[in-house]
Amino acid sequence: MTLLTTVFAAIIATIIWYSSAPKSEMKVGALCWMYWGASMMWLVDAIFEYAELGAEFFAPAPADMLNDFYLGLSVVAFGLVIWLVILLVKDPKGVVKEALFKKK
Amino acid sequence: MACFLVPAAEAVITTVAAKAMKSKEKEEMVKVSFADGTFADAEKMKFSTKLGWLNKLLWGGSALLAFEHVWHGEVVPFFPFLTAVKTGETAEMLAEMCSAGVMMAALITAVWVGMLVVSSAIEKRALHVPKLTKEGA
Repeated sequence: MTLLTTVFAAIIATIIWYSSAPKSEMKVGALCWMYWGASMMWLVDAIFEYAELGAEFFAPAPADMLNDFYLGLSVVAFGLVIWLVILLVKDPKGVVKEALFKKK
Repeated sequence: MACFLVPAAEAVITTVAAKAMKSKEKEEMVKVSFADGTFADAEKMKFSTKLGWLNKLLWGGSALLAFEHVWHGEVVPFFPFLTAVKTGETAEMLAEMCSAGVMMAALITAVWVGMLVVSSAIEKRALHVPKLTKEGA
């Protein structure tokens, strides 16, 4: 469920990035890299788990699924926080800079 | 347990390599055909920029996986930081790093190599080759 949540987040971020390309004023590309990187890592985790559990891997207990979904959403939120920090530090639109220095 | 440390270690190496490469690379201008049918001079993407794709995949993935490990209590904010080390499961942790961790780093690197191949094909297709006029025509 964590893998699935992150894959969906990666797909949505990629669609948003592509629709606003080639301008990257919102730095959505950072989100794409982050979510795709994590998705691939969790895919490997899932493969190892499948090798251990077999078909049982596809029939998780509802409580486990809910907990994994909760983790997935938290991971997505954590990724968004990292992206927000990158956006504010790089400040491609100069909004933060303008707030710090008032033109006379 | 601590599988994300392998891609994170690779990320450190590739980040250093990208920084070292960036300072040595020179601009390469090419004539490119764009989607609207026009031709223009454009700067070819440097290899260090492409290496940056790998960095971002590795760093981003490692950061989110580190969060997951904190969630599961496998990484703690105090020494020795890894629960497996504290509970004497270091051998299991190292075995997991050698299997899942190495596979994670290998998969991401393989995907990045695939991206390099695709981007190289797109670059070749976009390069403007002036049509030669037939002699005597």
